[in-house]
Amino acid sequence: MSSVSRTKGGATYRRKSTILTIVMGLLLVYSLLPLFWLFVNSTKTQASLLSSFGLWFSGPFALFDNIGQTLTYNNGIFVHWFGNTLLYVVIGAGGATFLALLGGYGLAKFNFPGKKFVFALILGAVAIPGTALAVPTFLMFSQLGLTNTVWAVILPSLISPFGLYLIWTYASDAIPSELLEAARIDGASEMRTFFTIAIRLLTPGLVTVLLFTIVATWNNYFLPLIMLSDPTLYPLTVGLNQWNAQASGVAAQPIYNLVITGSLLTIVPIVVAFLFLQRFWQSGLSAGSVKE
Amino acid sequence: MSSLQLSSPPVMRRTKRQWTGWMFVLPFLLVFALVLVAPVIYAVYLSLFRDQLVGGNAFVGFANYVEALTDPNFWDSLGRVVLFLVVQVPIMLLIALAAALALDSARLHAASFFRIAIFLPYAVPAVVAVLMWGFIYGTQFGLVGSFDKFFGIAFDPLAPNVVLAAIGNINTWEFTGYNMLLFYAALRVISGDLYEAAELDGARAFQVIRSIKLPALRPAIVIAVIFSIIGSFQLFNEPNILKSLAPNSISTFFTPNMYAYNLSFAGQQYNYSATIAIIMGVLTAVIAYIVQLRGSRKEL
Repeated sequence: MSSVSRTKGGATYRRKSTILTIVMGLLLVYSLLPLFWLFVNSTKTQASLLSSFGLWFSGPFALFDNIGQTLTYNNGIFVHWFGNTLLYVVIGAGGATFLALLGGYGLAKFNFPGKKFVFALILGAVAIPGTALAVPTFLMFSQLGLTNTVWAVILPSLISPFGLYLIWTYASDAIPSELLEAARIDGASEMRTFFTIAIRLLTPGLVTVLLFTIVATWNNYFLPLIMLSDPTLYPLTVGLNQWNAQASGVAAQPIYNLVITGSLLTIVPIVVAFLFLQRFWQSGLSAGSVKE
Repeated sequence: MSSLQLSSPPVMRRTKRQWTGWMFVLPFLLVFALVLVAPVIYAVYLSLFRDQLVGGNAFVGFANYVEALTDPNFWDSLGRVVLFLVVQVPIMLLIALAAALALDSARLHAASFFRIAIFLPYAVPAVVAVLMWGFIYGTQFGLVGSFDKFFGIAFDPLAPNVVLAAIGNINTWEFTGYNMLLFYAALRVISGDLYEAAELDGARAFQVIRSIKLPALRPAIVIAVIFSIIGSFQLFNEPNILKSLAPNSISTFFTPNMYAYNLSFAGQQYNYSATIAIIMGVLTAVIAYIVQLRGSRKEL
């Protein structure tokens, strides 16, 4: 290609292509259009929502009024759901990341009896989707009396086979065994070595797994849907769907403006966290794909 | 303890070190056993029994499996997700692949903005994604309604014959960016030496894509295909949430997972529901395994 001007650190700098940018622009519009729609329509009253064109502002600017209504509707149940989601995310995603971190490190840096079996078990589990297990897990949890408690949502979230796999491939490359050997000779305990040396070297992988598990728990729907019957335990996702179903039921009581504004409020925190941490995500993913 | 360790021979020390790996893996495995292994065993157990009018809960061997494999509702739901798999997944993965190659070509203006914005839908919960698209699909006051009015047609994306395509669109919207990033991450780790060598050989952009980039993408493509197979076979969230907007288009056995769910929660047929879940789990794992075997071979 004549447009290749120079190479630096493996990356090739080329002339920018306007046509390519426009074609990618179509994909960009497709990706952002529904989000734009959501924002525009969260600024409308219920009346103008049903009567105006969806992709532009119309009627009185009711965003703050809608937010107020969303937060106070039904004694502030939305705020309650928000708190539940936070609880499930902090304990579920945090716990899943910690367990994956310990396990991945153990698999990458130690030889122990039964390791091959553990390896096969986890690889098998990566192929078993969580949703396939949701109904059997519900049936078992109801025998154990765990359904309709926060543990019914938190416990299954604690396992991320893919997260463990990522940490394991990452740890194999990122932590030199000589460093661990040196720490052992200095008399550091295994736990101390893990918390002071290994965790620091594993940070990019850790953030990647944390992001995966945060997105997975924040967006979790099937599991809480079947496990919980008490609306005060619902996370945002299940609650929002209940509001939506309320609009089309027999005794229909449409609250479309609340469903839309609630949807907007649900995605704002996760989108912010996502934008903030996405660069770590990518470096962790490439580490995973090197090994594969 | 410490004096013992000092005097112990090296062989003993190595044996002791060998078990420390368990210390790290054990917490994961304990929870794993509770929330993954135990439900599978319990579901297998359930699938071999049946609540009968006479005699109560009785062992029936593989009778539930026979019933499932001769159940038209089950085949109907399975056929639907297979159709979804062979149509939606290739479309989504090809778009993602093209987008990743475009990002990697260094010929895009504002490439990092594209990367983040196209990836963004992945962060949106399925519930919110379906609600947004569901409203957009609305023929009464949605965007499709405005479109229909403008062109004077009566296209309804939630009609029974096209609702699967409407769901496919939602899934494509949610996961194209995720797959794009998976591919892009794999492209970024290709050694610059390969490109320099290709450049010296006078290779053109498409030759570089065919002989360097696509082979390097193979592991990432295998992973993306496996995840997409799992996602298709286990389709649940999107049709289940869309059902309240399109009750006449989406049946209780629209996908195998919805069937299992409705058998449990509307029909109280727990044994039969567990049977469907086991069949789908085994089927998914087997196909994912075959893809992995084929994908890791040098020649496709």
